[in-house]
Amino acid sequence: MTLQQWLPLLILISSLVPGCIIFLLREEQVALRTVLNLGGAVAKVVLVAWVFLAYRAGETFAFDFALAPDLTFSLRVDQLGLFFAGLSAVLWLVTTVYAIGYLEGAPHRRRFFGFFSMCVTASTGIALSGNVVTFFVFYEFLTLATYPLVVHRGTEKAVNAGRTYLWYTIGGGSVLFVAVVGLFVIAGPVYFGDTHVIAGLMEENRTMMTVLFFLMLAGVGVKAAIFPLHGWLPVSMVAPAPVSALLHAVAVVKAGAFGIVRLVYDVYGVELASSMSLLTPLAVLAAFTIIYGSVRALFQDDIKKRLAFSTVSQLSYIALGVAVPGVLSSTGAIVHLVHQGIMKITMFFAAGNIAETYGFHKVSQLNGIGRRMPWTMASFTVAAFGMIGLPPVAGFVSKWYLSLGAFDAGSPWVVVVLLVSSGLNAAYFLPIVYRAWFCEPDGAEVHKLCGPANLETRAFLLAPVVITAGFSLAAGIFAAAPNSPLTFARQIAERLYLP
Amino acid sequence: MTDFPTSIWPALLVAVPITFALGTVFFAAAGRMWSGLAGSVATTLVSALAIAAAVREGGLIHHLGGWEPPLGILLRLDPLAAVFIGMTALTGIAVSFYAASYLRSQDDLPRGASLFWPLWLMLWAGLNGMFLSNDLFNLFVAIEVVGISAVGLAVLSGKPPALMAGLRYLLVAITGSMSYLFGVALLFGAYGTLDLTLLSAAVEPGATTVFALVLMTLGLMAKSAFFPLHFWLPPAHGSELPPVSALLSALVVKGSFYILLRLWAEVFGVSLTFAAGQLIGVCGAAAVIWGSWQALNQDRLKLIIAHSSVAQLGYLLMVFPLLILAPGTAVAVASDWTSSAWTAAVYQTLSHAFAKSSLFLAAGVIVIAAGHDCRESLLDLVARRPMTAFAIGLAGISLTGLPPSGGFFAKWMLLKAAIASGQWWWAPAVLAGSFLTAGYVFMILRLAFAPGNSDTENRPVPRGLESAALLLAVASFFIIVPAEAVISFLESSAPFGSAIVPGEGGVLP
Repeated sequence: MTLQQWLPLLILISSLVPGCIIFLLREEQVALRTVLNLGGAVAKVVLVAWVFLAYRAGETFAFDFALAPDLTFSLRVDQLGLFFAGLSAVLWLVTTVYAIGYLEGAPHRRRFFGFFSMCVTASTGIALSGNVVTFFVFYEFLTLATYPLVVHRGTEKAVNAGRTYLWYTIGGGSVLFVAVVGLFVIAGPVYFGDTHVIAGLMEENRTMMTVLFFLMLAGVGVKAAIFPLHGWLPVSMVAPAPVSALLHAVAVVKAGAFGIVRLVYDVYGVELASSMSLLTPLAVLAAFTIIYGSVRALFQDDIKKRLAFSTVSQLSYIALGVAVPGVLSSTGAIVHLVHQGIMKITMFFAAGNIAETYGFHKVSQLNGIGRRMPWTMASFTVAAFGMIGLPPVAGFVSKWYLSLGAFDAGSPWVVVVLLVSSGLNAAYFLPIVYRAWFCEPDGAEVHKLCGPANLETRAFLLAPVVITAGFSLAAGIFAAAPNSPLTFARQIAERLYLP
Repeated sequence: MTDFPTSIWPALLVAVPITFALGTVFFAAAGRMWSGLAGSVATTLVSALAIAAAVREGGLIHHLGGWEPPLGILLRLDPLAAVFIGMTALTGIAVSFYAASYLRSQDDLPRGASLFWPLWLMLWAGLNGMFLSNDLFNLFVAIEVVGISAVGLAVLSGKPPALMAGLRYLLVAITGSMSYLFGVALLFGAYGTLDLTLLSAAVEPGATTVFALVLMTLGLMAKSAFFPLHFWLPPAHGSELPPVSALLSALVVKGSFYILLRLWAEVFGVSLTFAAGQLIGVCGAAAVIWGSWQALNQDRLKLIIAHSSVAQLGYLLMVFPLLILAPGTAVAVASDWTSSAWTAAVYQTLSHAFAKSSLFLAAGVIVIAAGHDCRESLLDLVARRPMTAFAIGLAGISLTGLPPSGGFFAKWMLLKAAIASGQWWWAPAVLAGSFLTAGYVFMILRLAFAPGNSDTENRPVPRGLESAALLLAVASFFIIVPAEAVISFLESSAPFGSAIVPGEGGVLP
């Protein structure tokens, strides 16, 4: 094997090893820890870029290691995996910067950053998994790595949220486990992309394969927060802001959504899945979740809770796009993996900045906040417009493709769902924007809790939110550019439907 | 006799720990510790060399005194025995060093605590005897040696609850042995031999065999604390000295399971039916769910861990229905899943042994630090004792069966065998077991992450104690790495991998 063949493993190591070293450091070794964190994050971005360039040049990557009988640890690089790995790597770098600023002076940072690194190791592992077993291993590892982050503050509320989080994810994991073993017994080690294997077995095992499909869907559906498996997500927003950002945009929910994409496109194959009408129930559930999440979001006064229900809704756009067959829908679903990530992370960063700087947690406290924190709220506004689906922000592109795809597939009801959802998005995001910019601040004098006098908040908190808002704008404005998320998503989708 | 150097290993595996056990009696407390530790190291070395020889030669046979069966006694170190001996040695050496450090650092122990050493080395010899004997009466002697030394160890702490629990344990142990012995007598009366190999060729279906089977199975089940004969285990294992709890939970219950597995696979095939396997499997499934549920409802750490043993042992019982062929199934077809089921049995045994001993040792650390093991003792453990918290986390994850641990591999194989054999109804029990196990493991971890109140005591703990717990937790993970080699070694010799065909004889070569 040449050095290049080790690259997928190095991508994992670039966060695994710094994470392990961080556990061994002492709490007060701040400088070294920061160097390790940022060094690992930058290295990961560089490595993913390197793999991407090599992959484009026609290089193939396969790292296989027989861990135990039946259990082959396999890393592969394909376009979809790279897409997700790229998203994780870039957003992790930004979130690391944010977390360093956010947790300045907080206790137990060693533990926090250690598990933080484990978490992103798991999510890039999920992206690069070559077969179902490896995917499952990283999927469970992600649960374990995120639990300590959810309960990090150790308050009763955090600990209870951690319990809810575990019941859901361990339950989903157990169901997924049984399904993965069942798939193994019938089909052997299933590698992603080998859809002909399952198609060949379909004749004899139709019922069993249908049952397995829905078991696996339930397993990954927990992390993708599809109704009625979404209950953990609004509860676990008690975690510190960088964790929420990670949970809601990069790692956990994305792992679930990515799992749905893999399951339908690369295990069963979209043609087989739609010909067996496996996708209709998924479409209905996803559509219901979209509306349900939005309606619940309307009634939340807690900013992060409102954002959490919005995540429940937005994630199901991906599931809905997957469930409607066709190149355009698939493009919309895949590109929304990235678009939802960059927009939602912006909003959580903004909410975190407001909470850190002024101690505000409620929507009703936000009157006039735009004047105090213009950059933060401008970024929030960009992301909110994107969520609603206003051009030229990224969210518009996703919704546009999802709608086109729905017409193409002859399911205009999907467009109705999207329209209703956009209306609801506007109804719960615009009040925040309105209060921030157009309402007079309440009479009581407020004081900044932290941050320098000449800047609205700490630079480490401000830079990430502006950058991700910039991403959200750029992904929309330059959607047609050759290296935009949309172009990649389109290439991936077109390949799915090749004869 | 050119083969003398290697064929002596099985005998040494029993003789060395006995010699040291007797030797330690001549010393006072301090010397007893050093000689006991020396005995542990020596026995571990002998185990390692014996396993190496068994790997080289694919199994060793030793005729005591050179006499061959039916007159003489035969010790058989086959791959299955070698793996169990290895498990005992690794757990044993870690617990020995823990115990040395523990007994030396604790000053509130009763005067007899140093008797730990002779009792533990006798126990070790008995366990090795159980794994090596190929003869029903020898097995009985080994069972008795293990039972008596285990009861002795159980009451070492001298506290009233331990004495009560120990007495109960003694009664169960004696009843179990008697039940087993009665079965042996029936078989000897009917077939005139005690040697397993000869017996497996001689047994015939009939009331005598069935009666012997039932008696021996019940006796061994009671000794292994298999549901519904598990009632004695939680109070006993929950009140002993930490190293003793670790040994009893990790090793002693596995000895009688090993014999049960051997007898079913090698001798009793003629009298077994598919339904018998299902019955045992239901006991296992009930144990998994009941034990885990009980563990969830305990307030004391050691009781949580002890109830968890009842549940984890249940997984071992769920292997039996997968080994017994349904009527009309061809042996060749069944080899798809019997091999997985055997692997599940071995890996569940190994991963539970390491994870459970690690948990009990970690609980000992917590008791030393906080003075008790109620829920408050766990508060803020992650910050106060990160190493012990990490050990508990790793061991707990392995018990839950999350990847890539040894427990995960065992459950993977168990589920695979269940689904491949069409007995998918075991899957919900496995699933519920994992779910509930996660419940109590994370109940512990949740407390460990919660902030402590300042009045929680934090007495110093010798570093070695924490290391031993962590070592075993790591072992419960890393046994997955050599799995390929371990399984191909095991597969080189029956009964591993073979099916139990109802109505037919045993599978001994």
